[in-house]
Amino acid sequence: MTSPLARPGRKNPLMRTRLPLLPPAHRSRVALGMTAAAAEGRFELQRCAACDAVQYPPRETCHRCLSDRLHWQLVGGGGELISHTSVLHSHDPYFRERVPWRLGLVKLDCGPVLVVHLHGDVAPAPQRLRVGAWLDRAGTAVLVGLPEKDVPNMADDRQLRELTCDPKFRKVLVTDGKTAVGQALVSALAQAGADLIWVGHSEPWKHVAGLAAVANLPQVTLLPLDVTNARSVAETAAEIGAKVDILVNTAEFHRAQGIASRHGTEVARAEMDVNYFGLLRLAQEFGPAMRARAADGPTSATAWVNLLSIFALSNFPAHGTFSASKAAALSLAQCLRAEMQPAGLRVINLFPGPIDDEWNQLLPPPKIAPAAIAKAVIAALRDGVEDVYPGDVAEEWRARFRDNPKVLERELAAS
Amino acid sequence: MTARAPYAGVAIAVPVTEPYVRYSIRSAHWFVASVLAKLLQQSGLEKLAIDGLCVSSFLLAPDSAVGLTQNLGMSPRWLDHVPMGGASAVVALRRAARAVQAGDADVVACIAGDTNHVDSFRATLGNFSQFARDAVYPYGAGGPNASFAFLTDYYMRTTGAQRADFGKLCVAQRDNALSNPLALFKQRLTLEQYLVARPIAVPLHLYDCVMPCAGGEGVLVMSTDRAQSLRLPYVNLLGAIERHNAYPEDPIQMRGGWAVDRDDLYAQAGLGPADMDLLELYDDYPVINAMQLEDLGFCAKGEAPQFIRKNTFTTTGTMPLNTSGGQLSVGQAGAAGGYLGLVEAVRQLTGQPLGEAVPNARHALVSGFGMINYDRGLCSGALVLSRGDA
Repeated sequence: MTSPLARPGRKNPLMRTRLPLLPPAHRSRVALGMTAAAAEGRFELQRCAACDAVQYPPRETCHRCLSDRLHWQLVGGGGELISHTSVLHSHDPYFRERVPWRLGLVKLDCGPVLVVHLHGDVAPAPQRLRVGAWLDRAGTAVLVGLPEKDVPNMADDRQLRELTCDPKFRKVLVTDGKTAVGQALVSALAQAGADLIWVGHSEPWKHVAGLAAVANLPQVTLLPLDVTNARSVAETAAEIGAKVDILVNTAEFHRAQGIASRHGTEVARAEMDVNYFGLLRLAQEFGPAMRARAADGPTSATAWVNLLSIFALSNFPAHGTFSASKAAALSLAQCLRAEMQPAGLRVINLFPGPIDDEWNQLLPPPKIAPAAIAKAVIAALRDGVEDVYPGDVAEEWRARFRDNPKVLERELAAS
Repeated sequence: MTARAPYAGVAIAVPVTEPYVRYSIRSAHWFVASVLAKLLQQSGLEKLAIDGLCVSSFLLAPDSAVGLTQNLGMSPRWLDHVPMGGASAVVALRRAARAVQAGDADVVACIAGDTNHVDSFRATLGNFSQFARDAVYPYGAGGPNASFAFLTDYYMRTTGAQRADFGKLCVAQRDNALSNPLALFKQRLTLEQYLVARPIAVPLHLYDCVMPCAGGEGVLVMSTDRAQSLRLPYVNLLGAIERHNAYPEDPIQMRGGWAVDRDDLYAQAGLGPADMDLLELYDDYPVINAMQLEDLGFCAKGEAPQFIRKNTFTTTGTMPLNTSGGQLSVGQAGAAGGYLGLVEAVRQLTGQPLGEAVPNARHALVSGFGMINYDRGLCSGALVLSRGDA
């Protein structure tokens, strides 16, 4: 049974900081299909449209009928552990620092045989278990064998924690605690076992509802932080940047309307200043220290979370300039992800539909509650996924976008 | 199915070895060249008299056998490249024998050579195959140790094999190696040492795993008439089989292609397992020896542990096995590991062993096993050889 993760003691300054290394990341193009699904938390394998065979490892034609009509499809993770080992000698530097490393050979119920990372609580073969696909530190999908049913402290398994960004015992910065989403996140992070939560608030002389309650949580420290002010961001990073393990950027500026209904560029500029340049300022100031600490023990720096919007995928004209600022932020977040990847830091993008707040009051339900967004962020950190579409609206937009982005553009223009 | 033509009139001669070293600054090309030079020197043939060439090597890239013809200054009229790792020798011999029988080549040099630089083994593992790169190497990067740990764990659980059974094979092979001046391991190994050695990939411990090294092996294949006129001691090829990706539906490898084709092998040779005076089985890990003893008909499936307990496997004992020490005690020189058993069998059957001789050796069985592409070895093969005057 996994023993619960102990709260790490103070860091010994004389000890070496473990440097970020990545597990082997090279994959063939076809194999990256598994990564695309795992990035959104799904376990998909190739299924042949002609003969229905499920196959693994991925290849470009069906091993049975040679058809190339192969689709990545959700598969059940149930299977049997046939054999297992614990590797004490590895040829790769990443694993050399992490042995012993448990591996299993699994016969999946739907057909193929898989080599998997094996959770410590899966009993010796022969043994029923469930398999899932997770992103490893290199951001590439790997298969993991888990106990068939959840067991206590499961997330604290040493190997599993290498794949996740669990907030337990980690130090978190929430960049804006004045919004309902920011406050819901702080509560959820505290509940998820975060060690310390810094909560940014711009214009600290203004009182907002809810902030005092959040500030009373024992884990929370309020910090003046204005993401539109380069000096404020730099000063905050100088103060706490070397300790932040997870950064959740909730700072957002949101106004309705598109181009024609408003004169001038002031609102659009303000949206860009928070939603796009704010992210850029934070990334420049906090990125380097986080990268350097990305392998620093069981509570290393691990993730960067962006609150984007489903409107980042395709413009919603009723909130046209806001959509544009979120599209810019999405593009920048992809750049940030590429720059964080060599250190193994995960960039998680959240694409909620309209949030149930004052800036979406004219939109009809369903709208997503701030608490639901907070829950989705915690789940994403625990599962280590990188793209999250929380709520029904986001799910539906995502489905329409995948189906045909051009059709979606017409639908949104008409709505 | 068409009846298979016998390998009549084919001679395998001139067993040579480029001595193994743990690491070398030479290239694989150098090891192939040095084996060729030894083949010429010991056969007395001119280089241009070698009109067939078959090469196996993991580390020739970006070259293949084609580039080697220019590199070595040869003009063969028959050329082959056999990238089959541990099955290379068996497959090369089958093809070379047919070329000689058909007159496509008079004398074929079958050569395997590989180098081993510090860190070259890691590079080989990471790019071994598309499946290995996509679906094995990112999982702990244990290389073949981890793959064979799966097979060993399953084999032990389902057959009741004990570590001491595998240990007995390793200890016997080490005893055999002590008289072989070319073996890299020169110290006696005790069962106690075997059992307490550090774990590498549970249930495999240190002495279950081959040690990568550099070296080369080779033989010449020609007609028996030609061998006699050159006054070269030779062996005859009585039977040969190869099989790739056998039993793909087995969820884990518990048998290889030998089980498919062994009746064919023995029928072709007109001999059975009991007629074999020595076995040269592919031995990168002892579990694969056990599997081959079963699949090649020396005992029933799953009964290798009992068979191991009943025999000594030493060169002068019962069921002499891997008489030069095998890869486990000589070292694994890349693709040359696939040739080690063949070259040793030819030495034993022609009365020129490097170490201790198997008394009255007339028939030998040589096997090959290669290429853990994903979860199992894909290539398997075997040869039955007999002393040239038999």
